[in-house]
Amino acid sequence: MAAMNMIEAINSAMDVALERDRAVTIFGQDVGYFGGVFRATDGLQKKYGASRVFDAPITEGGIVAVAVGMGAYGKRPVVEIQFADYIYPAADQLISEAARMRYRTGGEWWSPITVRSPYGGGIYGGQTHSQSPEGIFTHVAGLKTVIPSNPYDAKGLLLAAIEDDDPVLFFEPKRLYNGPFDGHHDRPVRPWAKHPASEVPEGHYIVPLGKAAVAREGTAVTVLAYGTMVHVALAAAEDSGIDAEILDLRTLVPLDLEAIKASVQKTGRCVVIHEATRTCGFGAELAALVQEHCFFELEAPVERVTGWDTPYPHAFEWEYFPGPKRLAEAMRRTIEI
Amino acid sequence: MTYPRNDHGIHVPMPNARPGDSADFSHHAIPPAGSVPMPPVDVAPADIHGHAFTLIRVLDEDGNAVGPWNPGLSVETLRQGLRSMMLTRAYDARMVRVQRQGKTSFYMKCTGEEAVAVAAAMALDRGDMCFPTYRQQGLLVARDWPLVDMMNQVYSNSRDRLKGRQMPVFYSSREAGFFSISGNLGTQYSQSVGWAMGAAADGDPRIAAAWIGEGATAEGDFHHALTFASVYQAPVILNIVNNQWAISSFSGIAGGERTTFAARGLAFGIPALRADGNDFLAVHAVTSWAAQRARQGLGPTLIELFTYRAEGHSTSDDPSKYRPGSEAQAWPLGDPIERLKTHLINLGAWSQAEHDDLAKALDDEVRAAGKESESYGTLSGGDRPAPSTMFDDVYKDMPAHLVAQRSQAGL
Repeated sequence: MAAMNMIEAINSAMDVALERDRAVTIFGQDVGYFGGVFRATDGLQKKYGASRVFDAPITEGGIVAVAVGMGAYGKRPVVEIQFADYIYPAADQLISEAARMRYRTGGEWWSPITVRSPYGGGIYGGQTHSQSPEGIFTHVAGLKTVIPSNPYDAKGLLLAAIEDDDPVLFFEPKRLYNGPFDGHHDRPVRPWAKHPASEVPEGHYIVPLGKAAVAREGTAVTVLAYGTMVHVALAAAEDSGIDAEILDLRTLVPLDLEAIKASVQKTGRCVVIHEATRTCGFGAELAALVQEHCFFELEAPVERVTGWDTPYPHAFEWEYFPGPKRLAEAMRRTIEI
Repeated sequence: MTYPRNDHGIHVPMPNARPGDSADFSHHAIPPAGSVPMPPVDVAPADIHGHAFTLIRVLDEDGNAVGPWNPGLSVETLRQGLRSMMLTRAYDARMVRVQRQGKTSFYMKCTGEEAVAVAAAMALDRGDMCFPTYRQQGLLVARDWPLVDMMNQVYSNSRDRLKGRQMPVFYSSREAGFFSISGNLGTQYSQSVGWAMGAAADGDPRIAAAWIGEGATAEGDFHHALTFASVYQAPVILNIVNNQWAISSFSGIAGGERTTFAARGLAFGIPALRADGNDFLAVHAVTSWAAQRARQGLGPTLIELFTYRAEGHSTSDDPSKYRPGSEAQAWPLGDPIERLKTHLINLGAWSQAEHDDLAKALDDEVRAAGKESESYGTLSGGDRPAPSTMFDDVYKDMPAHLVAQRSQAGL
């Protein structure tokens, strides 16, 4: 065990994967010699050589295409898109190619690729360093989408993603890289060192894909969250005194529907929270599933607390970012009905 | 040459001839066979810039093999190439007929472009991975992939290895080194570079070869492929099949009006060759040259194969709406099968009678394969893959939501 922040845990996952499997190959913009603009690949090129960890040209479409081709050859590429906001040039390769390779070839070829990408807001990143595009990709059959909320899960989920034979989008909430941010932007940032999930095994372990975790047990309302919003939800419960049960979904596709059903059927109330814009966001799918599977247990309409349906603004960071106050209000409305 | 120019407004390239006009290819300079030197495979890209603006040709107007690029193939290899090209054409002819009969939904011929695929396949090693477009069925034929298997895919029948999931002609055969065809143009071009990089990383002697039409070179993936191939010196052959037409758009709309497609390689530092795509020997020679380069670790090669799409884009297309009906006959580089046939006859290794006999035998072979394939079903009748398999292979293991949906579908 070692105390790691989320960057160190992600770095450790790739180190372990490179060590265990010769097929693992890592590339992306600035990930080689420099070790990544967020330091996620620091030291890996030196340790494993430039044929296995290398810098790529600034071409997201090319990076994912080459990963698909390498995957077809038999490699296990782990590529980085520097910001999730810049994943769109690779959308054709992800949606039309990686996601469908196994299906369209009857299982003859597949894309065992992992696409890591820092995502989410709360860092004054403005329009193109803050986005949460998971809903675009959860809509695509054949892709898996994973979003960790702490160092322990980040390493275990990333190792599971790398070892998975299906293409996985691994969105890393960059606001959580250094500490568990709960939306209280006016308070000092806490480092991961003081959080129990910063105790990370140095060797190999996985956190299975498709399994949610209970971040807080409660009885009054279920909050469905992932990424930074898990910590916002914990703060909202603490601040409001509402006995919320907080599920950290961890994997959006495939989704742990059983965990969601079990919790909502117990509490009878549900609030969904995500940073992404609301309309057609992943929260819409969660709300639909909850009403479909828990209709007779629900005591109130399912609420959604999300980013507004606007591009992510710079100066209005905290009016946009769904913080603990907004979530607490939604939980209260849901309970008081 | 001069370029048509509008006095006002946007310059929109227009082909020389439209329906009702006489075909006009006078703007294409066709150098004589044998006139282009063959450089050593370790040549510096900058030293062969001229190769991107000429045409490597081996078979002359009389059907004789001339010049430094003559690959000196055995008569047996030439006959095998002729057979594969003729079989490809016979296969195409039958598949269009069955599409017209309603037995399948769609088909695409490669008429006039048979050499582009067949000669390349014969110049490559069997283990080399091909990343084709939908118009390189000749690769499968040249690698002796069973016609019945190809037809099963076209019919989406019970023996279709792609389980009825793909439109006709989007074949995939890992065993034949024929990568899965996607409807999205250009995507496979950049993927081929990744495959080649994987091989290079492992010290694997196998190489990759990719094909793209001149129309699709306008896609970003073309640029991605050349960038990555050049940066990492990937062992890949990047073929551009310039058949003059992208559905209804002539090559000028793809950016071919003022330069060649081969020339695009030069800016990336990739050696670029331009070859007569209807000349079996020229295609074989340039592919061999590029394969040697790749295998010796000398990096990628770009090859523009200059040819003509002799028929409609697909069974959904009517070329008489946008180009003269006489164009294919007027194409200055002729027909690849006729040209190789004449060459073999000149060598005293073939005759018109043998040719006619072979054509008939191949028709019979295709018909027999067709009958067998149709016995496994067609799109319009007979057996088909079990509909419940529609939910398989989305992921390696079927997730719960797909299990539930399969059940909802009553499958």
